[in-house]
Amino acid sequence: MSARVRTIFFLCSAAGLVAIFIWGFLDLPPLGDYRGPYGNAVVQIAVYERHATDVVNAINYDYRAFDTLGEEFIFFASVLGVLLLFRPTGTDDKGDKHKTKLEDALPISDALRVSMQAMVGTMIVFGVYMVTHGQLTPGGGFQGGVILASAPLVVYLSGDVKTFEAIIASPLIKLAECGGAAGYAAIGTAALLFGTHFLTNIIPLGTTGDLFSSGAIAVISAVVGLEITGGFVLLMKTYLREIVEERLGESE
Amino acid sequence: MRLLEYVILLLVGAAAPAVVLSRDPKAQVVTLSFYGLLCALMFFIFQAPDVALSQITIGAVMLPLLILLALTKMRRQNLRREREGKK
Amino acid sequence: MILAYLPYAIAAWIFLWGLYGIVTSKNLVHQVVCLAILQTSTYVLLLAIGYKVGGTAPVFADIPVGTVVVDPLVQALMLTDIVVEATVMALLLSMVVKANELAGTVDPEELRFLMG
Repeated sequence: MSARVRTIFFLCSAAGLVAIFIWGFLDLPPLGDYRGPYGNAVVQIAVYERHATDVVNAINYDYRAFDTLGEEFIFFASVLGVLLLFRPTGTDDKGDKHKTKLEDALPISDALRVSMQAMVGTMIVFGVYMVTHGQLTPGGGFQGGVILASAPLVVYLSGDVKTFEAIIASPLIKLAECGGAAGYAAIGTAALLFGTHFLTNIIPLGTTGDLFSSGAIAVISAVVGLEITGGFVLLMKTYLREIVEERLGESE
Repeated sequence: MRLLEYVILLLVGAAAPAVVLSRDPKAQVVTLSFYGLLCALMFFIFQAPDVALSQITIGAVMLPLLILLALTKMRRQNLRREREGKK
Repeated sequence: MILAYLPYAIAAWIFLWGLYGIVTSKNLVHQVVCLAILQTSTYVLLLAIGYKVGGTAPVFADIPVGTVVVDPLVQALMLTDIVVEATVMALLLSMVVKANELAGTVDPEELRFLMG
């Protein structure tokens, strides 16, 4: 069917969908009128049970740690899929004669270079702070991991291409990603070895407000941060590899 | 504070058609990044700081970055195809 | 008061606009971004369900336990939702790049054949 017919068909169906939405939404509680029992219960006991002050991360990495395990493995599988799709196939006309080495710096302005170089240290420190303080303040492994994964890109933008090459060619990136995913499963299995259920919090809890409190939540947060950092740097490396090879081929 | 919530909801509702109606992907990347920032502001006003941090890093930085990298790669593929087509 | 149902209306509005973008798209990358817009409508819905009037953020680092806070469980759901959005976008974009390499175009109208 042509585009016009498709649009008209969609508009008719959208009218039906709007009717179903209105019928459904009238039964929901209005904004601000929260009725659920689970939220009230969790908020009362989470700080005392788990010694963690950030209740959202306590739910993510302890009460519902199994769902977060599934989410981390979704991320792992997706990075695996992207790496598989972009593996070097026989249709590349360059072959592997040219290695991915950039020897000339990018022609960028001085303002960009200075500001990016100033930002790299701050970004790394802030990323590590956010990963390690997941159980105390908003943040956690995922957010800190994405900030850490943007740090190599800032290095590239500051013109220091040799350092960027050294970072993304390092085997530690793949090790970090796989180690993060395996570490999460290992923490859960270690709980099995101690006789309790999978992913029970068996590490001593410590005092509320300390950096090393709340047991497994801090460890899982660090492990998730490792995996997310490794995953996103791998994604960037996969996209940039062929672009870098093309640029080398064009400059010759 | 009640008025602020409704205002930010209306802003987010007004920004979504703007993203959909920018048909060129290069223009859509900029609109998507701005929409991500508006969503993060909405999460902040609705007292959800964890989710706001996540949305800023993913929706306003990583997602436009991935789209731009994909667009660059496709442009180079098309250039290479034209070069080989002319040979 | 009908204004209290505004978040649900905005969620439905964003959902319908995302769907309209997917249906009438002429570029695969534009379609992928409209899918991301579709996913943000679920964030608005979840946010509205968990909100409590006068509540503050569910982080007890500087407030005593027992103050009124918004629901943290729904925020945990939204965190997972954002992670899944990022992963789905990465995989879909790599598939779009591969489709462009094999077929030479990113117009869904012209991609209506199966190779091999």
